[in-house]
Amino acid sequence: MNRLKNIGGGNRVVITVIGPDRVGIIAAVTAILAEQSVNILDISQTIMQEFFVMVLVADMADAKVDLIALKDMLAQKGEELKLRIDTQHEDIFNFMHRI
Amino acid sequence: MLTIEEILETIKMVQEENLDIRTITMGISLRDCSDADHRAACRKIYDKITRLAGPLVQAGEEISREYGLPIVNKRISVTPIALVAEASSADDYYCYAEALDRAAAAVGVNFIGGFSALVHKGFTGGDRTLIESIPLALSSTERVCASVNVATSRAGINMDAILLTSAVIKKTAELTASRDSIGCAKLVVFANVPEDNPFMAGAFHGIGEPDCVINTGVSGPGVVRSAVTRVGDADLGELSETIKKMAFKITRMGELVGRAAAKKLGVPFGIVDVSLAPTPAVGDSVAEILQEMGLERCGAPGSTAALALLNDAVKKGGAMASSYVGGLSGAFIPVSEDAGMIAAVDDGALTIEKLEAMTAVCSVGLDMIAIPGDTPVETIAAIIADEAAIGVFNHKTTAVRIIPAAGKKVGDRVEFGGLLGRAPVMAVNRFSAAAFVNRGGRIPAPIHSLRN
Repeated sequence: MNRLKNIGGGNRVVITVIGPDRVGIIAAVTAILAEQSVNILDISQTIMQEFFVMVLVADMADAKVDLIALKDMLAQKGEELKLRIDTQHEDIFNFMHRI
Repeated sequence: MLTIEEILETIKMVQEENLDIRTITMGISLRDCSDADHRAACRKIYDKITRLAGPLVQAGEEISREYGLPIVNKRISVTPIALVAEASSADDYYCYAEALDRAAAAVGVNFIGGFSALVHKGFTGGDRTLIESIPLALSSTERVCASVNVATSRAGINMDAILLTSAVIKKTAELTASRDSIGCAKLVVFANVPEDNPFMAGAFHGIGEPDCVINTGVSGPGVVRSAVTRVGDADLGELSETIKKMAFKITRMGELVGRAAAKKLGVPFGIVDVSLAPTPAVGDSVAEILQEMGLERCGAPGSTAALALLNDAVKKGGAMASSYVGGLSGAFIPVSEDAGMIAAVDDGALTIEKLEAMTAVCSVGLDMIAIPGDTPVETIAAIIADEAAIGVFNHKTTAVRIIPAAGKKVGDRVEFGGLLGRAPVMAVNRFSAAAFVNRGGRIPAPIHSLRN
């Protein structure tokens, strides 16, 4: 099973990218994160059926923007690339799957 | 450590299976708003609600975006207005309903609950005035919800209150006849009402509650149904285990969002109400879960057993996920709000009598059921009394939200729109209980209420 790293801190977000595979998806997403000083902790990707699925865990401790602004930027980039890009606080996943 | 599979499971639950937080409900005490002058009292009520609940909608929307989890409703519950209004000399309490409606509109919530009276053992003057004000209050406001508690396991069943409330239901139906008697969809008659229920239309802020509190209600019939589909032909023990695990995950979301909202708003977190609350949307149906479990239609023999298993598994999973489970906590079986229930009624599989049996093993009761407009008041009272008896004698909450649709007969439909949905008018047993309910008085509390 593919496990994502668990590194301390409470400002982490999970970015998921789902859509048809194409050139430059990772580059497009990571460029935005670099611009906004969001530190990537882990990237994991897979192909499910014919869809490209990438899950990226990032730390927003030193980010220039807040979660909601980042979410909007990435969602807009997703529309350009015809992908679905979601940005969510990590807690929703921890709370649901961990006691 | 999170796995990619877990992350994708969560995302699938939200995007494909309609997982959402059904409601964040802010409970607000209005006990400090009483005044001999009802205009002054209404001013205080409006000011307090708009002050405390002003940031509620925005906080809900921010949390929803941060977690990527829809929060469908932001709502308010208040102290039963009978308690607040009683100090004033107003002849009717419509003005209080109007103040609540204005305050709810000002802060942007779609429903405000608490136009309520607790009369399980008897009426005060204020209680009676409130109940008599309900038809005008519900027909002349948009957002106000009313409830009356007519029975408890400790006090018994107040038949006088049931009769008065039944007449109020009929009058409300007539006053809102032009909108398919929608007023009755905002009025719940309870036995053993919980004081921290976040779900409308029966929410109010109980007298043992703090000044202000955040309660959440989770939902997720679609998620449970998908899980039941995935286990295939597993035996009943495994089925229960699967539902429990899913209820755990759903409840954790309610706890997370409730705590986040409470922190953002600077008020205490109250409870998570672990309920499966259906909506008219396809795939968001409790009836469809029962059908996925193996019933040809909801309402078929076996429905009560299947619902009992479902309801119990939801509670067990939920209790593990949150230390503060409260409210109604169980599966809801409203007819008009559940596409599978509506289809079952249309197919002749589901009757009021079967629904009544099912309410013995799940939360709430006869909910959002349309009956012919010419149903006698005494028959409505008898239906409420039956439901109250199930609650009182089994130490559980039961409720009746029934719509005697003015001018409609069996086979017609009522259309409320939105979350309230639409309903076929159902047949009611034509034999009378008038002589029984007209005896009045109070059915004594059951022997097992003597617990001390």
